[in-house]
Amino acid sequence: MIANLWTVLGEWPELATGFLNTLWICALSGVLSLILAVSVSLLLVSGRSTVRRVTQAIVDVLRAIPFLMLLFIVYYCLPAVHVRLSRWTCGLSALIFYNTAYFAEILRGAWTHLPHEQQEAGRAFGHAGLGLYRRIILPQILIAAGPVLGNQMITLVKNSAFLMVITIPDLTFMANQVQSIYFVPLEAMLVAVALYWLICSSIEWTVRRMDQIALVRGHE
Amino acid sequence: MSESSNPGRPVVEVRDLSKSFGLLRVLRGVNLSVSSGRTLCVLGPSGSGKSTLLRCINFLERPDEGAVFLRGERVGVSRSTSGHERPMTDRELARMRTRFGMVFQQFNLWPHLTVLGNLVESPIYVQHRSRDEVMREAEALLEKIGLSDKRDAYPSRLSGGQKQRVAIARALAMKPEVLLFDEPTSSLDPELVGEVLSVMRNLAREGQTMIVVTHEMGFAREAADEVMFIDEGAVVETAAPDRFFGNPATPRVRQFLQRFA
Repeated sequence: MIANLWTVLGEWPELATGFLNTLWICALSGVLSLILAVSVSLLLVSGRSTVRRVTQAIVDVLRAIPFLMLLFIVYYCLPAVHVRLSRWTCGLSALIFYNTAYFAEILRGAWTHLPHEQQEAGRAFGHAGLGLYRRIILPQILIAAGPVLGNQMITLVKNSAFLMVITIPDLTFMANQVQSIYFVPLEAMLVAVALYWLICSSIEWTVRRMDQIALVRGHE
Repeated sequence: MSESSNPGRPVVEVRDLSKSFGLLRVLRGVNLSVSSGRTLCVLGPSGSGKSTLLRCINFLERPDEGAVFLRGERVGVSRSTSGHERPMTDRELARMRTRFGMVFQQFNLWPHLTVLGNLVESPIYVQHRSRDEVMREAEALLEKIGLSDKRDAYPSRLSGGQKQRVAIARALAMKPEVLLFDEPTSSLDPELVGEVLSVMRNLAREGQTMIVVTHEMGFAREAADEVMFIDEGAVVETAAPDRFFGNPATPRVRQFLQRFA
């Protein structure tokens, strides 16, 4: 087993490429879906009931389907209606849209728990519209939702492994390459698992930090 | 603070203000007027409409009827050059609200900002005043309320009395023309009431124009220039504190005061 492990580690450039790909795919998807989710959450609490209902329906559908299914739909079904995207575009946009739905729903939930008095104090001190949202509401929502957003981020990392089925060279894909060349499945997967664990436990550590922040700077 | 020291136009004037929530008539034709540098205390039993009156003055609630004037300018209604009247937009109202400082019963400090952050938020991001100047003034205000050592603390780390003192400083930082207090001591532990009242007493002495909705009879007697009693949404009596507490004109006020004697 030790010898096999050395064989696997000998292929470190492959594994490093996969690891780095997984890292930037997740980081980029995480950041972009958070930005999108902030806008989508505004639609989810919109005063116009049509806007609110349509957005909520889309969010609910996205959250109801398995990520792998969404990936297949984007990758295999879009060409059927003559939309052709590269596998990278397919993979990233599926990951981003899927995650945006979850993030947006988390932000909407945090907003409904924000005490009404907070917005009122903002208005009493001259805030209105987008300024009120940006300076008073959004920071409090992000602090309150931080730990939950972090947990969703861990789910995103794990969902990103599905991208290998459309041959995106992420960590799972590369580990699979290595094991199929030398036929050392256990050792190759062990290394991949260790690297996933590294990513997820760093996020976990950040989540705990955000818990601390929410304790001091969250609303009572 | 004699009657004659402040002639001229009142800072706040309320005319025939009425407000209903559904079928409940909370305010019925309230009139009041506060001149510059004076303190008006509004007393009355719970549910008499005191807080709603205060919230109608800066249009956190839109009154159904009547008018509010801030130094002669109509609050909540703008007039075009052709003389046509229309309700103010949210943005216009927001700008006007910065001229009222408000202190809430539940403090409502912003928990994500430090004490100093709470003070400078509106002056910097709403009034767009110079950051350096605002910071200097905020530090001076903290000094004045005795909380300089808490400037970088978050509100969750403060006692109720400290929170309310910070909330008063936050209102003062906007340099408002009038301060509105909505039962500022009602959610404080009894031993913390004193520190808040002493800050308010100093403000009254310094000539800050204030409207204070309160249950603190002692404060009203000492610090008010005028006391107004509201019951069931209508003004029952308005008088100087000596007369109000010493020789009230109406049986309703006499009956109310007896419970505190």
